[in-house]
Amino acid sequence: MMLTVTDLSIARGGIPVLEGLSFTLGAGQAMVLRGPNGIGKTTLLRTVAGLQPPLSGQVDVTPESLVYAGHSDGIKPTLTVTENLNFWAQAFGNHDISAAIAAFSLGPLAARPAGALSAGQKRRLGLARLLVTGRAIWVLDEPTVSLDVDAVAMFAAAVRAHLAQGGAALIATHIDLGLSEAQVLDVGPYRAKPLDIEDFDGAFL
Amino acid sequence: MIALLTRDIRLAMRAGGGFGLGLSFFLIVVVLVPFGVGPQSALLSKIAPGILWLGALLACLLSLDRIFALDWEDGSLDLLATSPLPMEGIVSVKALAHWLTTGLPLVLVAPVLGVLLNLPEAGFLWLTLSLALGTPALSVIGTFGAALTVGLKRGGLLLSLLVLPLYVPTLIFGAEMARRGAEGFDITTPLLLLAGITCGTIALLPFASAAVLRVNLR
Amino acid sequence: MSLNSLWEYANPKKFIQTTDRVLPWVAWSAALTLLVGLVWGFFFTPDDYRQGSTVKIIYLHVPAALMAINAWLMMLVTSLVWIVRRHHVSALAARAAAPVGMIMTVIALLTGAIWGQPMWGTWWAWDPRLTSFLILFLFYLGYIALWEAIENDDTAADLTSILCLVGSVFALLSRYAVNFWNQGLHQGASLSLDKEENVADVFWYPLLVAMAGFVLLFIALVLMRTRTEIRARRMRALLARERMGA
Repeated sequence: MMLTVTDLSIARGGIPVLEGLSFTLGAGQAMVLRGPNGIGKTTLLRTVAGLQPPLSGQVDVTPESLVYAGHSDGIKPTLTVTENLNFWAQAFGNHDISAAIAAFSLGPLAARPAGALSAGQKRRLGLARLLVTGRAIWVLDEPTVSLDVDAVAMFAAAVRAHLAQGGAALIATHIDLGLSEAQVLDVGPYRAKPLDIEDFDGAFL
Repeated sequence: MIALLTRDIRLAMRAGGGFGLGLSFFLIVVVLVPFGVGPQSALLSKIAPGILWLGALLACLLSLDRIFALDWEDGSLDLLATSPLPMEGIVSVKALAHWLTTGLPLVLVAPVLGVLLNLPEAGFLWLTLSLALGTPALSVIGTFGAALTVGLKRGGLLLSLLVLPLYVPTLIFGAEMARRGAEGFDITTPLLLLAGITCGTIALLPFASAAVLRVNLR
Repeated sequence: MSLNSLWEYANPKKFIQTTDRVLPWVAWSAALTLLVGLVWGFFFTPDDYRQGSTVKIIYLHVPAALMAINAWLMMLVTSLVWIVRRHHVSALAARAAAPVGMIMTVIALLTGAIWGQPMWGTWWAWDPRLTSFLILFLFYLGYIALWEAIENDDTAADLTSILCLVGSVFALLSRYAVNFWNQGLHQGASLSLDKEENVADVFWYPLLVAMAGFVLLFIALVLMRTRTEIRARRMRALLARERMGA
């Protein structure tokens, strides 16, 4: 298994949101997280990515095998598309960005400053970043926001190619990506129950 | 790491503001001082080392909130935190980039501004040296302050409030060194103490900044 | 008492229960000790042959200065406890102590100025000791401002404790820097505030009582404020629980 989550409880702003969550993700597998807004999908992904500690439970993953993409793409508007990608490639110890540019057909935009891109184009650049990192587990938070139909297909193809190479992906999304092989996990049933008043006096929470 | 450094410097050059703003501020402060205290050259040359140090310190302060704010807003900081770069390395590189784009230009321009303030001839070398030795500490301490206030609305004002008291020892030893140099006294003690503070902050403070940044990212 | 049982008081509920019993005793003994110390000092000690009756301000000045520093030390210890053991009460106690310590610093500075005026003919001098207290005041300001600025309680506790640790090192550095700086200006301090060494016993005993009174007052205030902080925090947590649709 590449990623094992055991009996995980997580909190946002000191308030428990999800509890008792367990799942595994192996090579070549994708998992789509679903659930209503505010349920804690972003918090879950950030916890898996190691950005915040869990309340309880465990996330077993090699941190060096994981790459996280959040709501914002981390794109510098004054740098060109190539410069943006080059930076992230170097930060992750890689050099070749041509595959990433091809996968999201950024070729015609390569020399443009990222600030001059449309929202969807920026998103494509943000997703292309995943390819240059060379990491096996993609942890993606709403990756398809502001993408058009073609770009969503492009993204689905990239995910599929990644899985075929033995990668894995954990994706929170509302739309249908057309990834029939992906498992779907509805986090709704794991909503945290409010603590007893008794516990509460002890620990505030 | 080098990629991050070159990216930050490139960003500072392209955005324009990062580079020129601190320098212009330094110039304006130095020009305003004679309007405030009068044009007597004897008085000016006496207070010149202190004014130049204070001006450099304030100019440095001005650009601190840019160290992390932009990377925070566009999500780069999250992505950097999950990248192979260690957090301590990230904050050190950020501090270095800040020094290269703000501190170093201030050091280079200070002697020119010293002319405006009738800095005694003996003082130029020591003023420049003291700034070169002290401004890295200002950048490193400032990075700590910027990491503390990174996610906050109205963080800029708070940042100054937090960082300025931490600047006291650096300012005291730096300005003392420049002043003694200008008056022709022995500068060994303040020089050693200033170097000690700079080395100490560079060695230790990135750990605190990294810890603080991790807290702010969760 | 084993160390394990000591940590039990770090449980908010246990803390409130215990302080319910302890606080009245501390508060009343603080009032009594202060009263005895100050009345003794103000009315039943002779005037100093050189300084006249102005010397009596030491019964406020010295204890306040003492507590200004000790409050920061206490914050340093509780911050460390929070970082190492993550007891919420510890972090809240640090938060509760900061404004008290800041007020003590202000009292020390003000009484110093009032004392200094007739003695040295000036309200303020950049004496190393005065300057250090002014810098300490700035550190308190920053620390309190950071607490106030952050909404998430745990984040605020983490950040302020690290600031407290780093600040302590820099406060110490500033203390030495200021000593060096003023020597550098005027050779040899012309005004010495070191009174303790030549304070005679008649002044010394009431001063000790006043200091004990300030220590007790500080403990009482911090306990009271920590209780308020715990309750405020519990209230916020309850409201959050309500919003979750309990």
